[in-house]
Amino acid sequence: MNAIDIISFIFYNALFYAAPLIFTGLGAVFTERSGVTNIGLEGIMQVGAFTGIVTNLYLAETMGSATVFTSILIAMVVSSIVSLLLAVSSITFRADQIIAGTALNMFAAGGTIFLVKKIFDGKGQTPMVQETINRFNVPVLKDIPIIGEIFFQNVYLTSYLAILAAIIGWIVLYKTPFGLRLRAVGEHPMAADTMGIKVNRMRYIGVMISGALGGIGGAIYAMSITLDYSHATISGQGFMAIAAMIFGKWNPLGMMGAAIFFGFAQSLSTIGPALPVINEIPQVYLYILPYVLTILAIAGFIGKSVAPKALNTPYIKGER
Amino acid sequence: MSKRFSTILIPVLSVILGLLVGAVIMVISGYNPVTGYQALWNGIFGDVYVLGESVRQITPYILAGLAVAFAFRTGLFNIGVEGQLIVGWFAAVYVGLAFELPTYLHLPLAILAAGVAGAIWAFVPGILKAKLGVNEVVVTIMMNYVALHVTNALIRSFAGKDITSRVKETASLRIPFFQELTDYSRMHGGIFIALIAVFVIWFILERTTLGYELKSVGFSQDASKYAGMNVPKNIVKAMVISGFLAGLAGAMEGLGTFEYVGTKSSMTGIGFDGIAVSILGANHPIGVIFGAALFGALKYGSLNMPNPPAEIPQEMISVIIAIIIFFVASGYLFQWIREKSLAKKKGVK
Repeated sequence: MNAIDIISFIFYNALFYAAPLIFTGLGAVFTERSGVTNIGLEGIMQVGAFTGIVTNLYLAETMGSATVFTSILIAMVVSSIVSLLLAVSSITFRADQIIAGTALNMFAAGGTIFLVKKIFDGKGQTPMVQETINRFNVPVLKDIPIIGEIFFQNVYLTSYLAILAAIIGWIVLYKTPFGLRLRAVGEHPMAADTMGIKVNRMRYIGVMISGALGGIGGAIYAMSITLDYSHATISGQGFMAIAAMIFGKWNPLGMMGAAIFFGFAQSLSTIGPALPVINEIPQVYLYILPYVLTILAIAGFIGKSVAPKALNTPYIKGER
Repeated sequence: MSKRFSTILIPVLSVILGLLVGAVIMVISGYNPVTGYQALWNGIFGDVYVLGESVRQITPYILAGLAVAFAFRTGLFNIGVEGQLIVGWFAAVYVGLAFELPTYLHLPLAILAAGVAGAIWAFVPGILKAKLGVNEVVVTIMMNYVALHVTNALIRSFAGKDITSRVKETASLRIPFFQELTDYSRMHGGIFIALIAVFVIWFILERTTLGYELKSVGFSQDASKYAGMNVPKNIVKAMVISGFLAGLAGAMEGLGTFEYVGTKSSMTGIGFDGIAVSILGANHPIGVIFGAALFGALKYGSLNMPNPPAEIPQEMISVIIAIIIFFVASGYLFQWIREKSLAKKKGVK
């Protein structure tokens, strides 16, 4: 392999693994900006992955190439409905958000496998899907010398959709009245309430957006990386997405950068053996790299005060 | 509602509601909840063997729940019990295999090693929280994955394959008397260690200066600081003790249940269930025993649910447990219902 081959190989693998993290991490940004921690994103991704795979299996016959995107849409809707469990318990009934999120993870892990066994005659995993997220060449751009070869040939469409989503997320959060309200509710709910913003409604919206995006993330992960669904399909990616959000200082673009970096770190453990130098490092170091880096990052680079101030506290009207 | 009353009433109501919702889910998905719950019951109490296995399952839950509860009481959220348990499990088996000692030295040493390994694993988030104010939730979650991969690598290099041989007789927690009594179940002596740990933690929290300081820091860091307490030191202490307990839970698996350690593709789940155990036990050491008994029994009993005549996937129980936690955590729900019904009564008058 020459240098350009290696770079493009690393690049598309990093983006390939990053796409689900970017979607889910964006969800994490929206929910936390509204003042609700969603530790349950791991479970939400499982719901998305499960729904995506199952609908894909059922639709493939009739829908053909439209299957993948239809499945992603259905996964998005189902996951956002499931995320209501967190919203209702932690916003309306004032449950501790982290406990409710942990319960959501348990619910999703148990519920999806329960359904897999119910649907597929007691087997713990689904068959492989035939319709998957495929690689393609970006028209026109692919012909640019070097850059085209690295960035626009043989890429996954979802990678670019994820980057686009993060940019749109940034615009929504910082350039629209809705984004301003969402952030206000996460920083100082009482002040927001005084200004006539419906605090709990905004928080419900924040959680449901995170559910929708986490569902997309899970569906993409399953349909591009594992191609089936079992208890081991989603193993920590939801937590990684939350870490990416913290790494990226609760900002969609920062989160995207962190997610691409995590994607790179995650891909190293699978592509490492094919690369010079890296193939001499014991695999365990590559496995733990993203986690260790996250710990170092939040210990070293990130100040204390960047998290939304009202995070993790239920808003009780009339209480100071 | 008095405080004490509601701390008991809410979990009890939640369990009942959780089982009811579970029954509804079973009906919707085309299963018979009556045979389902019968299978569950028989899976827990059916004969002496399953009874012994239920106790075996409850044992690590008591320690994991205790670890979470202890951290909670001191204002910390230890999601890292899972990772601390995994390193504890490995440390216990390592000592159990690597040394040649009489039982009265070997067994305590192996158990201690597990506790210390868990404590070291919890020291990292503890010191980061104390010195830099880093949120312990994210760090402990990351530490879980580091623990998983590092122990997998250690097992491979230590055993040369994906599974170690069985620990030496002198480091085993198995008690022949228990095995004969329960038709050769894997019930082991760890249950005594778990119960002693509950008493010790209760004693520390309720009867010592250390416990008072830890609770005080958990309640208000600023007030504790003004009162002259060393807040960072207490945070580290709390985390380390919590990790020690989690490590002990790993020893239960490594020296009792399995007597070996193998590589894992995903988390054991015991640490996360420990959160549920703690919540159900109102974060009280004694309450943890009840929480662990309930969850351990449900988890083990559920293994009987896929058998005929019920034929229900055992994951049903995880769903029910999750619903129970939702109800317990949403304690305000019950207050809300009560207020609504009182308001209605007044309206009628």
